[in-house]
Amino acid sequence: MPSITKPLIPLAPLAKNELGLTIRDYEGAMSTLCAGCGHDSITAAITHTFWELSTPPHLIAKLSGIGCSSKTPTYFVRGAHGFNSAHGRMATIATGAAAANRELTYIGVSGDGDSLSIGIGHLAHAIRRNVNMVYVIENNGVYGLTKGQLSASADIGTRPKKGDANVVAPIDPIMLGLAMGATFLARSFSGDKEQLIPILKAAVAHNGLALIDVISPCVTFNDHEGSTKSYRFMREHEVKEVVTDFVPERDEIAVAIGGPETRSVTMHDGSVITFRSVPEGYDPTNRISVEEYIRDHQRLGEVVTGLLYLDESAPSMHQINHTPVEGLNKLPFEALCPGSAVLEDLMADFR
Amino acid sequence: MTIDAAPTVRVNDFAIKLANVNGTGSASANSLLMQAIFRMGIPVSGKNLFPSNIQGLPTWYEIRVNKDGHTARALEYDLMVAMNAQTYAEDIAAVRSGGYLLFDSSWPLDDDLAREDVTFLGVPLARMCLDNFTKPRERILMKNIAYAGAIVALLGIDVDLVRSLLAETFARNEALRESNQKALQLGYDFALETFDCPLPFRVEAMDATRDSILIDGNTATALGALYAGATVAGWYPITPATAVMDNFTRLCATYRRELVPGENEGDPPTVKNNYIILQAEDEIAAIGMVLGAGWSGARSFTSTSGPGISLMNELLGLAYYTEIPAVIVDVQRTGPSTGMPTRTQQADILLCAYASHGDTKHILTFPANPAECFEFAVASFDLAERFQTPVFMLLDLDIGMNDWVVPKFTWDDSFVPDRGRILNDEDLAGMKEFFRYANADAEHVAARTVPGSDSKGAYFIRGSGHDMFGRYTEDPVEYQEVVDRLKLKHAAAATHVPAPVVINRPGASIGIITIGGCDLAVREAVDELAERGLPADFMRVRGFPFVADVRAFVESHEYCFVVEQNRDGQLRSLISIETGVPIESMHSILAYGGFPLSAAQVVDGVVGHGIIEQLED
Repeated sequence: MPSITKPLIPLAPLAKNELGLTIRDYEGAMSTLCAGCGHDSITAAITHTFWELSTPPHLIAKLSGIGCSSKTPTYFVRGAHGFNSAHGRMATIATGAAAANRELTYIGVSGDGDSLSIGIGHLAHAIRRNVNMVYVIENNGVYGLTKGQLSASADIGTRPKKGDANVVAPIDPIMLGLAMGATFLARSFSGDKEQLIPILKAAVAHNGLALIDVISPCVTFNDHEGSTKSYRFMREHEVKEVVTDFVPERDEIAVAIGGPETRSVTMHDGSVITFRSVPEGYDPTNRISVEEYIRDHQRLGEVVTGLLYLDESAPSMHQINHTPVEGLNKLPFEALCPGSAVLEDLMADFR
Repeated sequence: MTIDAAPTVRVNDFAIKLANVNGTGSASANSLLMQAIFRMGIPVSGKNLFPSNIQGLPTWYEIRVNKDGHTARALEYDLMVAMNAQTYAEDIAAVRSGGYLLFDSSWPLDDDLAREDVTFLGVPLARMCLDNFTKPRERILMKNIAYAGAIVALLGIDVDLVRSLLAETFARNEALRESNQKALQLGYDFALETFDCPLPFRVEAMDATRDSILIDGNTATALGALYAGATVAGWYPITPATAVMDNFTRLCATYRRELVPGENEGDPPTVKNNYIILQAEDEIAAIGMVLGAGWSGARSFTSTSGPGISLMNELLGLAYYTEIPAVIVDVQRTGPSTGMPTRTQQADILLCAYASHGDTKHILTFPANPAECFEFAVASFDLAERFQTPVFMLLDLDIGMNDWVVPKFTWDDSFVPDRGRILNDEDLAGMKEFFRYANADAEHVAARTVPGSDSKGAYFIRGSGHDMFGRYTEDPVEYQEVVDRLKLKHAAAATHVPAPVVINRPGASIGIITIGGCDLAVREAVDELAERGLPADFMRVRGFPFVADVRAFVESHEYCFVVEQNRDGQLRSLISIETGVPIESMHSILAYGGFPLSAAQVVDGVVGHGIIEQLED
């Protein structure tokens, strides 16, 4: 993908995080996406998330498939290790990378074409395996790079820029996730950084695969009347009832904003997620009621956003497989090769 | 091959075939016979010709015994054990004239099936088992051990040895051990009392297998991966490759699992696995996982067969272009499409050599037997990391799934794996700047970093067009610079892949080139051709890209034959394309029906070819 290097001109003194790094240290190349693209807002939220979490850039691996969304890892955290792979296959490569080295934070950025059509099988199985990674779907309902064909997430009735309205059922990644046994499911809107950043932080802290579906309007091909993935539709139909706060492990838990309607979930790493203003009866840890709640609102034409489902008790890929904490890629050869004496003994089994 | 109808005694030189119904437990009886002959020190092979089915269809097992080590598949059988009424007619027809047929005489055999030139040996196996065993399942299963007992007597196999093998196998199950010993004795005693034992062809103890083992290629490959230090495997079940991962899983559970004591006293120990094996959702995911791990600096591999390679093609191109190490074990089966999943072929050579769209070329290794599977598996991991690219190890069903007698594997504890050019943080600190594809070495390999290294070594690996710095490009010159280097890098691997085996004979004017599992049949054929006054030089290629010797071999012979197991002469084409020798200078001898190659097919191919007469004139 083409990209333009961002000029590093220091403006006003910038705030520094715990590592002494400024937000500029977490940026990447200049975006070459269309002006106003929702994806750029997500890029900004990811940039802020890692800066605020003080994640060392070199301990981040950012992966993507192919498509507009998959170009974005170039635009954040230039000091991170990046992999722009093949269409729909990001999850498989992230699985292998995470398997080999559990010390890194893996973030995969994908789109609705990448994840809900060509790569839906890999997404489903990465969810099942509970791969230790953040999986962001930048969902705009269209194939942008090939100029506006509707994708599998397009709602019935959605009109492409050219051609007939969509008549086939859309695939909702959150519903897919619930069916596949996901342990972290969130939905947000690219235009809402205040909501997206805490969700991203919680996703980074999550022990397993954190799937975030971000509705991200395509200003060129899907931001018109009749599109349910447009800025206007989202502003009018977003139901932001499941508000989330994230308190990292190192901060005092006491600072968590509590209240009679607050629920807190402690994450694997000790950090705490607090759900606020949750409607009565909404339980983010109850798969069945979550599904019902989302469906009820879908029927009304509303899009529920927030951290919708969380199960912090399920074992992640690494726990299931008992991989070493230091990472398989760091094991010395001596720890892996049983040596000549063992081979000699083994040979007796083949007589 | 000569047909010997006279009952002269032949020691340690014969072939038998056992016709069974699959799913009836015959496999253990058949391999017991082969193992007993092996333990008697005699060169032997066992080939399982089985259907793509779990129960109820015909299946055959062939045992060839040969004191000179010629243990490729035989086409004529001295003894047929006909245990499957469905295939009586064809099994009786397959016995060589003057041979023997053992059948279950509990029921009369149809008169139409009689052959005057074949001796019929009736053993009432079903009746014996009915009279001596009470459990319905035992009555069926023990027929197999009972016929094995009869064969032990007929061939002169050491019965005490067979008894001790049964005792080893059923060491932990007394009931089964006793049933098996009883059934063995029933068949053995009946044959001794009823027939003139042993038959004219028979075994006599030798000392040719003392330093050998009996092992299949899939197990040997798994062992190679274990010793090479592979830590990540992604795979999808497929015949005939599944046993590679079954064995790798079993070996890792034994040799790579640690129990870490609990933190506090009384805490239970926790399991630490120094490996991860992921059963993927398909072969695309399997290779994707391998690439993710390879990118991260772990030794990773997958095992599959042709259909899996077809699916992996997209990501194999990604690995080639982005320069990620990966080892792909392809246990070839009969294609195209689903083909014949339980039959053997060597028809993925071109598919693997040029896998994926665009200009691609890969490194291939071609083991001929389980010993080379072990050796080349280790070599393949070194090649993959040294050249930062996918490496394919091509075995086939015959090598992968059948037991072979090969020399014991050994390991040199001073072995140091070749991890290739990887920069650590210290290296990076000493550099002004890091660019992924710049500063290639004499073999056109550039140094890489792995995720987690200092940000100075961070870069964006991409399957889209990139320049030597790793940056996105659509510029013709910058693009070509990279792909041209990849071509040179591939060529540089020629002297690092396993070298061809060349055996020259005095006076040879023709050359015979072959590959992989054809080895034994072609060597036997070369011996026989020499006896017939047609000496031939022999070359078996063991790796791709081809070293200069391959071209030289073709050019130094008036005429070459290329023996391989596919329809289109893929090795012959590859040699011509890649070395520039004219394709007309090589004649194909092809066997691609799905069964392992026999020497007779090679001899017939050479002798029947017009060029031989021309050369003789």
